[in-house]
This record gives sequence, C-alpha cells and structure tokens, in this order.
Amino acid sequence: MGQGQLPHGTEETLAATTAAAAAPAEPVDMVQLLGPDGKLGTDPVFSDYAKRIDPEKLKVFYTDMARIRRFDQEATALQRQGELALWVPLTGQEAAQIGSGHASEPQDYIFPTYREHGVALVRNVDLAELLKQFRGVSNGGWDPRENNFHLYTLVLAAQTLHAVGYAMGIQRDQKLAAADSADPKAAVIAYFGDGASSEGDVHESMVFAASYDAPVVFFCQNNHWAISVPTEVQTKVPLANRAKGYGFPGIRVDGNDVIAVHAVTEWALEHAREGRGPVLIEAYTYRVGAHTTADDPTKYRESAEEAAWREKDPLDRLEKYLRAEGLADEAFFDQVAADGDELAKYVRSTTHGIEVPDIREAFASVYAEKHPLIAEELAWFEQYSAGFESDQEATN
Amino acid sequence: MATMTIAKAINEGLRASLTAYPKSLLMGEDIGHLGGVYRVTDGLIKEFGDDRVLDTPLAESGIIGTAIGLALRGYSPVCEIQFDGFVYPAFNQITTQLAKIHSRSLGKLSVPVVIRIPYGGGIGSIEHHSESPEALFAHTAGLRIISPSNPHDAYWMIQKAIECQDPVIFFEPKRRYWLKGEVDVENPGLSEDPFKAHVVRAGTDATIVAYGPLVPVALAAANAAEEDGRSVEVIDLRSISPVDFDTVEASVKKTGRLIVAHEAPTFGGIGGEIAARISERAFLHLEAPVIRVGGFHMPYPVAKVEEDYLPDIDKILEALDRSLAY
Repeated sequence: MGQGQLPHGTEETLAATTAAAAAPAEPVDMVQLLGPDGKLGTDPVFSDYAKRIDPEKLKVFYTDMARIRRFDQEATALQRQGELALWVPLTGQEAAQIGSGHASEPQDYIFPTYREHGVALVRNVDLAELLKQFRGVSNGGWDPRENNFHLYTLVLAAQTLHAVGYAMGIQRDQKLAAADSADPKAAVIAYFGDGASSEGDVHESMVFAASYDAPVVFFCQNNHWAISVPTEVQTKVPLANRAKGYGFPGIRVDGNDVIAVHAVTEWALEHAREGRGPVLIEAYTYRVGAHTTADDPTKYRESAEEAAWREKDPLDRLEKYLRAEGLADEAFFDQVAADGDELAKYVRSTTHGIEVPDIREAFASVYAEKHPLIAEELAWFEQYSAGFESDQEATN
Repeated sequence: MATMTIAKAINEGLRASLTAYPKSLLMGEDIGHLGGVYRVTDGLIKEFGDDRVLDTPLAESGIIGTAIGLALRGYSPVCEIQFDGFVYPAFNQITTQLAKIHSRSLGKLSVPVVIRIPYGGGIGSIEHHSESPEALFAHTAGLRIISPSNPHDAYWMIQKAIECQDPVIFFEPKRRYWLKGEVDVENPGLSEDPFKAHVVRAGTDATIVAYGPLVPVALAAANAAEEDGRSVEVIDLRSISPVDFDTVEASVKKTGRLIVAHEAPTFGGIGGEIAARISERAFLHLEAPVIRVGGFHMPYPVAKVEEDYLPDIDKILEALDRSLAY
C-alpha cells in the first residue's frame, strides 16, 4: 500500500462510516417518575420501588435537598469571604445525591468523589468536618468507618477501584461468616462523574467488578460538564450503555427526579447485595453552578442552557408534587427554610472556630508503624522550633 | 534448616502467612493456576482456593486499586506485579492513594498492602523486563520498600512485610530467584526486623553497600579485593525505605570509605541519598568522597549490551580503587 492510499474501502464507504459515527448516539431510555411539572408517572419496573417511599420519607427527601442546597450557598459564601480556599458546589445535583444516598443502608459503604456533599449529609457526616478539607486544615476529618462514608478522593476515578476491592472484601466476609449469620447483606456505591468516566480506572473497576460479580453500584452523575469540557467529548454513547460492554445492567435515570433516583438505586443495591453483580446508574443531571469557586462557566457555556436546566430543578418539582398532593403545607416549607438557615449558621460558626492543626499531627500519621526517618526529621524540627522559642525568651 | 532457592523461600513464606492469617490473600496476573511467570506462587491456589489466590484481569492499576479496597475492608492483600517495567500503570494508585490513605485519614485507616515486584536485569530479557524502579517509590512518603538478597531473608521478610500495617513494596531480585541457601524456618534470627541493614562481611579499609541482586556481586568484589590485601566490609541494605543509616554510618566511621552499588541509574538513585546522609553524619571520618556504582542515565539497554550497563565485580573494584587512591 503506497503513501496516501486509504487503508481499506473506497472514499464513499469511508464517508458513510463517518456519517454513521456522527449520527445521534443510540437511543437510550431514561427512567423518570416525577417530571418537571411535578406529576408522577409510571415505570414498569421502578414504580413498584417508588411505592415503597412513604409520604413522610418524601418530605425528608425534600428537607435534605433544601438543606444541602442551603449548605452549598453558605459554603460558597464562606469561600468568597476567604474562609475556605475553595468550594465545589453541588447545586442542581441534589436529587441524584439525596435520592441515592437514602437508598443505601447503614451496612453499605460509600466511596464519594469530592462533590457528594448531599450523600455525606444523608450518611450523617458532620458537614463542618467536610469543610475542613476546603479550609486547608485536613484532608477529610471524619472517620470513614463511623458512617461507612469514605474520605473524598480528588484523583478522579481512583476510588472506583477501591469500591470494587471493598465489595470483593464483602463477598469474602459473607463466605467466612457462619451460614446462620444475622448480618445484613451489604453493597458498595462508587460515585463518579461524566468526566471521570474517561479515566482508565473506571474501565478497570468495571472489568474487575464484572469478573468477580462484585456487589457494587457504579453511580455516575452525568452533570454535563467536566469543568469546561462537555460530556460529548467524553463519550459518543450514553454513559449508561457502556455497562453492556462489561456485561452488567446500565440504567439512565433522570438525576433531577429524586423518586426515580431512589427507586433505581434501591433496585441496584438489592441486585448487588443479592449476589447478582454490579450495576451502572447514570444519573442525568446538570451542574447549575461553577465547577468550583475558581471556575467561570460563562467562558464555555450558554446561559440559555443553564436556564433550561433550571426549569428541571429537582426541588421545584418535588415541591409541586408535595403541594398538589396535599402532603406538605406552607408551614412545612417555612420550617425547611428555617432548618436550612440553622444548618448554615452552624457550619459558619464551626468554620470560624476550626483550629489550625499542628504539623506534628502530619509527622504522626505518615506511617502506622514507627519509622526512623520520621523520628529523625521530627527531632530536627523540634530542635529548630525550640531555637525560635529561646530567641523569643532572649528578646523578652 | 532447609536448603531452598529464593523463589521457593518466598513461596514458603507466602504459604506460612496464608496459613497464619485467614484474611491475607494473593492477587496478580497468572499467579493462580500457572503459579506466576516465575512460579513463585506455585501450588498456592490448590492449597488455599481461588478466593485467596486470585488470577486477576490484566490491569495493574486495577490490581493495586482493588487491593486498597480489600485492605480497607480488613484484608491483607499481597499483589504481584509481573515485571518491574509493568508497575507504571499502577503508579497513580500506589503514590496518590496507597501511600497517602493513612496520612490523609490522620491515622484512622491503614492499608497493609504488599506489592511484590520481580526486578532488575542480568537475565537477557526483552525491554521493560529488567528495570530497577525502587527510587521512584522511595521518594514517596508512606511506602516502605525492602528487597531480600538470600533465601533466609526472602522467607522471613515477605512474612514481615505482610504483618506490617504500612504498605510495603517487596522487590524480588529476579536473577537470584534460583540462588540456593539455608533457611531456618523456625527462627528468623537477624531477619526479625526487615528494615535493618546487615553487615554481611566485616572489613576495615572500605565499606560497600548493596541490596538485592548486587549483594553477591559486592561480596565477590570484596573477596577479590582481599587477594590484593584490602579488607572490605559489605552491608546488605535490605531496606531501601527506610534506610538504616545507623548501620551504614557505624561502618563508615570504622572504614572511612564508602561505595554504594545498585542496578538502578545512579542519577537520582538511592546511592545519592546515602552519599548525602553519610556525608552529613560522618564527614570528618570520610577519607574519600562516597562513590556510587549504578546504571547509566539511559533507558535499560537491550539485553546484548546489558553487561556493559550493569554494575559488576570489576566496576565495584574500580570504584574501590578510586576511593582508596584518595
């Protein structure tokens, strides 16, 4: 084959191939129960799961979504006022996080990325601890074992493999446990986003999960933007469809519909806990705000797009439903707003009170077992620091 | 006492740990039914089953990443990376995750993962199969790095690595896999602490520090020097991170001269760190600058010229001559 020749086929067939590649991606169904109009629809599989959610629980969903949005606003304000180095807003993604978080059971283990503040709230993580990371005083102050909510992982997708390994551990624990063990079956949720879906670790985690039938739910929040790069650059097919290539179910769910998210996640977790293997959920949602407080979305997207997504707001539609069904009155919504303000006040005052840690804590936690270099460098640092103190005394 | 090869000693060490700790497990490519490309895990899948000896998908990041998850769930995974040059796909998981989890959780979480890596050249292999990447990992706080040079150490050090609560990279000197030696399976003796260096030959005129595959080379060089009337001390470093500087310092204070040999490239290598620290600790005892013998600053060369690349007896003797000439 000479230079300039096409490797195969005629120019015509190649043109046809290119056209096919540019054609719209294969269609995908999206599970939606609660539409933007606040009307409840049906789904052949997931309506049954939605029916399990009693009205009081729906009010909890609303309360949590409202609280985490209020928290998000407060954290953004704290960053603007110089109290936080950075903030990673979640506004727009409340239903995806609150719905999936509430579908998890205490024995399940959660591996978040770094925007899962809503899931953290549901798992009872102290949100003031969460802010420590963004204030530069900790890399995650909470104890992950207390609420089975892992530390945030900032190297995108690394945690998806940890999730699969953890799930492989659960499988082994179940085999080691006595047959009559009363321990409830557990599963793992691995959160990641449309941007991280391009990382090799997501691929490897899905390969491992499929090979070992690991009890893990991959929960991808497709919020449409990986900082400034749209999802179209990450994938040519709907992300949920990728599961097919690994041989396990993939479901796209309306990520702004808290009822559908809860129903689909509950189904997926049951599927995983019962030993039927992994599931990929693509929660189709939108990051209404900036990627972080250092970002400027006006440089890469149209405000019309943001406005269109605001029409699909997760809180608005649940509010419409709760009001239309007579499940919540004005007093309820007033109370929710007051609760949100209370939470905001709490995190603001706690943030102000956070003490700056001592670097000795860092020395103490590099290794679990004693280490001569750490001891040597700490001893040097103590001596060096003491030098300043004696200078101080001399001056005094 | 039993006589066995290093490969067999690691195999027996793994067997002992798998027996002692029900939550320890092995994972890697081809380590199950094949027993690993070097047969180091031979027979273990039959004995312990495929829940504890896992033939994993062919993905190094996947191996280390899932091992981290297993460790978070309370397991002690021992991962095999098939060859030194194939560890890089897992570099991110090792350096940004494994090394940091204890620290970033302020000590609340431990990830006792062991990573076994056959390393080094001298086997006439194709590219990516002869490298010594230990310095890349030694630069990362949170990891421990050890390398045995003989069967007794191999047997005990792998078990100590598995017992350690920190992540440990266990570099196996692949060209010495078939080196035979005595193993006391009852008593670790000096092998009790895998992070201490051993003086394996006493001497008074100069000290050679080596580890892993170069320990026998350093000993042979010391023996050759003795024929010329030079008394050379040889230290088997055993641990690359942390380095047992105390043992090296004590030796140098006695001999006044230090040569450090490793297969890894000299530039940016462990030898440089040892030279710098010993210069600080024993400056007035040094009769000559610390001399390093190592690989050149080039990608590991093709097998037919690796002899010119690798430190050998003559290169170590040349360094010794230079040191003694000061």
